[in-house]
Amino acid sequence: MNNLQLTATDIRLGIIEAVFGAKSGHPGGALSSADILACLYFNELNIDPKNPKMENRDRFVLSKGHSCPGLYSALAQRGYFSKDLLKTFRHTDSILQGHPDMKYIPGVDMSSGSLGQGFSCACGMALSAKISGKDYRTYTLVGDGESQEGQIWESIMFAAHYKLDNLCMIIDNNGLQIDGKVSDVMNTMPYDTKLKAFGWHVIEIDGHNYDEILNAFKEARETKGQPTAIIAKTIKGKGVSFMENQAGWHGKAPNEEQYLQAKSELEAYKKSLEGGNN
Amino acid sequence: MADKIATREAYGDALAEFGALNENIVVLDADLAEATKTIKFKKKFPERFFDCGIAENNMFGVCAGLSTTGKIPFASTFAMFAAGRSYEQIRNSIGYPHLNVKICATHAGISVGEDGATHQCNEDIALMRTIPGLVVINPSDAIEARAAIEAAINYNGPMYMRFGRLAISVINDNDDYKFEIGKAIKMADGNDVTIVANGMMVEQALIAKDMLKEEGISASVINMHTVKPLDVDTLISEAKKTGAIVTSEEHNIVGGLGSAVAEALCEVCPVPVIKHGVNDEFGRSGPAKELIEYYGLTAKGIVEKAKIAISLK
Repeated sequence: MNNLQLTATDIRLGIIEAVFGAKSGHPGGALSSADILACLYFNELNIDPKNPKMENRDRFVLSKGHSCPGLYSALAQRGYFSKDLLKTFRHTDSILQGHPDMKYIPGVDMSSGSLGQGFSCACGMALSAKISGKDYRTYTLVGDGESQEGQIWESIMFAAHYKLDNLCMIIDNNGLQIDGKVSDVMNTMPYDTKLKAFGWHVIEIDGHNYDEILNAFKEARETKGQPTAIIAKTIKGKGVSFMENQAGWHGKAPNEEQYLQAKSELEAYKKSLEGGNN
Repeated sequence: MADKIATREAYGDALAEFGALNENIVVLDADLAEATKTIKFKKKFPERFFDCGIAENNMFGVCAGLSTTGKIPFASTFAMFAAGRSYEQIRNSIGYPHLNVKICATHAGISVGEDGATHQCNEDIALMRTIPGLVVINPSDAIEARAAIEAAINYNGPMYMRFGRLAISVINDNDDYKFEIGKAIKMADGNDVTIVANGMMVEQALIAKDMLKEEGISASVINMHTVKPLDVDTLISEAKKTGAIVTSEEHNIVGGLGSAVAEALCEVCPVPVIKHGVNDEFGRSGPAKELIEYYGLTAKGIVEKAKIAISLK
């Protein structure tokens, strides 16, 4: 568990490096989902960084594609490419595009970024496994603001209709979007009753609690006949004090002073975790 | 000439035919299987047919996901709801990652008939050909529709194919007929003007050629079934030879075949290009054959444009 926390902190450090290097990007929603990504890439997913296209690998689609500093950082930590590459995020000659690009980035299973679309693609991957009798699983991370897109609810209908129990959708429920609180901009909640009414198995967790995240993935794997939604309550900007719960940090890069502060906060936290190991 | 048959019928038949040969082929529809004719595949291969309900945007995303795992998804709905409603899903989830998805849109153009303007998509070719790397095909009869499907199965990349509701003549029943993506077919050789057409307008172009001949005008007829990638070499050689081009399409004259031909020729071999098609207006309800006359999508309409093109030489 402690190792996962360390990994998540490294992912967060990578996020800060990436958006600082790009002088743009989306740190808030990347930080809120870092613990979920650590659990996926370092515990749950059946993947091989040396063979990113392994046929029977588990798939992951970042439907909230703007959070890709988190995905890229997780992939780099997992060994898909060098961590040095994170500093080139959004640079003209870099493979690390502003939103995920499956053509050039090892480990990215689907190009995404236009909200509402990645989830549909994940449904297609899960359906394909059902058609072919393969046992890989498909995971997708959806934003709570993103669920305002009608296409999300088309996918929710589709996955339940075709009983895609090999599909697990995680909602990064950090409660904030560009214009403010999700509940003020266009309320999408409650998710649990809505998703249950659509025929989904629903698990509500604290998206920063590793026991809860890992147990939810296990429960999803064991759930048959219906897809599983994990509603993960999270804190936007989690891990960097001045970014936490601030909608303004949805899509803004830190200046040098803020960068150094974020880095020192995360490094201090990492040190405290490492101390706990001794 | 054989009996008339709609290209959508040929599409459904081709899916059922080739579906037996390639088990990676899967077919998706958005509650229009009876109309798009994907029902012919559904009846033979129900385990590889997936109705997505009236939710086209999700359908195209599902296709993108399926294709990443090696499936060859054919997705159908009306042209309006494929190219129109789902333009951005096709651009971002299929075109940008260059995925092997075959978008097969039926009920294109005003020959939809009675359903009227909301269902008559005269803008699909314009929309689809702006997406980098997307192959755009508008077959001229049932034989070409079948050939396009066969070519699509053997081509690894995104394609948009357009099929019609109306039964039209079979014009490609010659033994030496050969379909190749991006390669125009010369249907007639002439010296005074070149008619470049696709879809159901190819038959009208051939009739127009005969009408012009009676007036002593010799016309080439080019079947430009692939709008993208456009066969620019054939266009250049025709432009050099006849020096006057008429394009003809069952589509808005803005953005479609005519625009593609004009864009290509103006840079390399500028000659007069007169566009024949739907004159930047919406369709209306009526029997398809009456609408074709109403909008002048006839051989007579092509003849008039041909004379204008020749006068501008």
